[in-house]
Amino acid sequence: MDFSSLNAVAMIVLLIGAATPILLAAIGELVAEKSGVLNLGVEGMMIIGAVTGFITATTTGSPMLGFAGGALGGALVSTLFAFLTQYLHSNQVATGLALTMFGLGLAALMGRNYNGIKPPRTDRLEVPGLSDFPVLGELLFSYDPIIYFSVFLVFAVWWFLNRTRGGLVLRACGENHDAAHSLGYNVQLIRFGAIMFGGACAGLGGAYVSLVRVPQWTEGMTAGVGWIALAIVVFASWKPWRVILGAYMFGGITILQLSLQALGISISGAYLSMTPYIVTIVVLVIMSADRKRASINAPACLGRSFHASH
Amino acid sequence: MLRLEQRQQPSKLMLYLTPVLAVLTTMAVGGLLFVALGIAPGRAIYLLFIDPFVDSYNLSQLFVKASPLILIAMGLSIGFRAGVWNIGAEGQFIMGALAGGAVGLALWGMTGWWILPLMAVAAALGGALWGLIPALLKIRFNASEILVSLMLVYVAENFLAQMVQGVLRAPDGMGFPESRNLGRNEPTALPDVFPALGINAGGVTMLVLLALAFFLLQKHALGFQIKLTGDSPRAARFAGVKPGVIIALCLGVSGAAAGLAGLFELTGAAGKLTIDFPLGYGFTAIIVAFLGRLNPVGILLAGVVLAGTYIGGENAQFMLKLPAAAVTVFQGMMLFFLLGFEILINYRVKRLRRAV
Repeated sequence: MDFSSLNAVAMIVLLIGAATPILLAAIGELVAEKSGVLNLGVEGMMIIGAVTGFITATTTGSPMLGFAGGALGGALVSTLFAFLTQYLHSNQVATGLALTMFGLGLAALMGRNYNGIKPPRTDRLEVPGLSDFPVLGELLFSYDPIIYFSVFLVFAVWWFLNRTRGGLVLRACGENHDAAHSLGYNVQLIRFGAIMFGGACAGLGGAYVSLVRVPQWTEGMTAGVGWIALAIVVFASWKPWRVILGAYMFGGITILQLSLQALGISISGAYLSMTPYIVTIVVLVIMSADRKRASINAPACLGRSFHASH
Repeated sequence: MLRLEQRQQPSKLMLYLTPVLAVLTTMAVGGLLFVALGIAPGRAIYLLFIDPFVDSYNLSQLFVKASPLILIAMGLSIGFRAGVWNIGAEGQFIMGALAGGAVGLALWGMTGWWILPLMAVAAALGGALWGLIPALLKIRFNASEILVSLMLVYVAENFLAQMVQGVLRAPDGMGFPESRNLGRNEPTALPDVFPALGINAGGVTMLVLLALAFFLLQKHALGFQIKLTGDSPRAARFAGVKPGVIIALCLGVSGAAAGLAGLFELTGAAGKLTIDFPLGYGFTAIIVAFLGRLNPVGILLAGVVLAGTYIGGENAQFMLKLPAAAVTVFQGMMLFFLLGFEILINYRVKRLRRAV
């Protein structure tokens, strides 16, 4: 077996690409969960973003407009979930599942005439002189704008949640919605906004899958990435920086198993394809095992519906 | 202005009326969606919601599709009542079919009445064990059963792909990734009982188990403990209910039911194991469970309605060139409307008079 084709620098560049959809979806879900909402519809919002982004990009010819279209699509479809859970007080778990099923179906219906089309190319951001610099240039300056944006977004979310008044209010809604309400904050509206932010991020992640990762439109192409993003939030203990760590680790596993499949290693492909999902389970188990730590980090009102008594 | 006002007591009428309302609204809004997509709405709605229940060929398929849905939903509903969210029934369905199918294939060439029951036992065990993985990880490590059971669906799908390319592949199948046809082999084929409605031996088993579930939930102390755990976990602990036992029971039972459904699908409608064997029944069954209000009788009716949309969807695919996904949209929409209308059970809509 020839391992020399496994170039470390190339693998890191690949893994960051593979991790970006997960990273985007997970950072959005983190904000929603910090406000006290458990949205299990990430997979549905992602696939809607994948199809709306793809349609926008192919009709306008601009990948950047495509990413915007994906984010918009994800945000729009998330308002269904937001309205039902915030104003009609529906069960968040069931409504999230409904959003996933609805999203998968609607995306397939919307994209039925877009199979087999190639989207416009998303170019990498060229930094004159640096992008072609060996090793470091490749590691730091060989990506498309969305990858830089995703890292910036993690920083922005961290800054917003921990360094601004708005972030404090949002976290208050997630920790104790009655207290936030009694201070005069509109819990439902804040959560509505957090859900839409999550939807936009998931949609952007979906568009990244259909415009850069694959790049093509096929039904159900997100293949569980949205669910892995949900697990990454638990892995990250609801801390933005750890979301990067978790997402890149998963990107690494995905790329490693794909490279091993390409090398024709004696383990069968189907077993290797299982590994990201099995690793997700293992990670969930490790992170949840310490009940005390898990309960300190998780927002106290996560998944609980808020209804003002007066 | 409209205002929501809390009812003194949950409305019984609304409890039963809201699922009907949800189905009707889905038909109406679905029609609008078809118009938006440039598909003639009238014919599509007719094919999806009416034709499956009037055409005699469609009727003969009704319980072929409804039985697995109802069987899985029944198992899930027990868990949902207790607040145990098994959303990986699709994986348990696959593992049940694999376990039962493996027994059937191992006994290939033998005859005897006992073969099919033995396969059913293996399938129930396979599904239950797959369901007990998230239960164990939840009890022992506090890991979310929602995410673990869902991840195990993808693991099961890959495992199925591996098996049909490997040990379970038909030796005389010219290398196609599929097993021998268990549905065309007398000792392993599921016998028909009432073909006009598509009720086979699996359908009969489903009806018996549904009656058992009804008894468990309405009359047995265990059913009370399950419902208590869901409504008030604290009260349940004070009453001496062990949460771990309830979690294991719910996931084990729903896994066994899904596994059994997988075997009936394999030995009945599908015949053989292929990569495309799972049809998403495990996910649709979640909608069936909710639409049926987690009640055995309701699940029976809801299962028939959703089986109709599956049949109608296949016909619409064929006749109107409608994509298969259209059905998924309708199913998701139905669950949305149902969850939205649920507010009418505990609240009434009042017109607010302007304050003087």
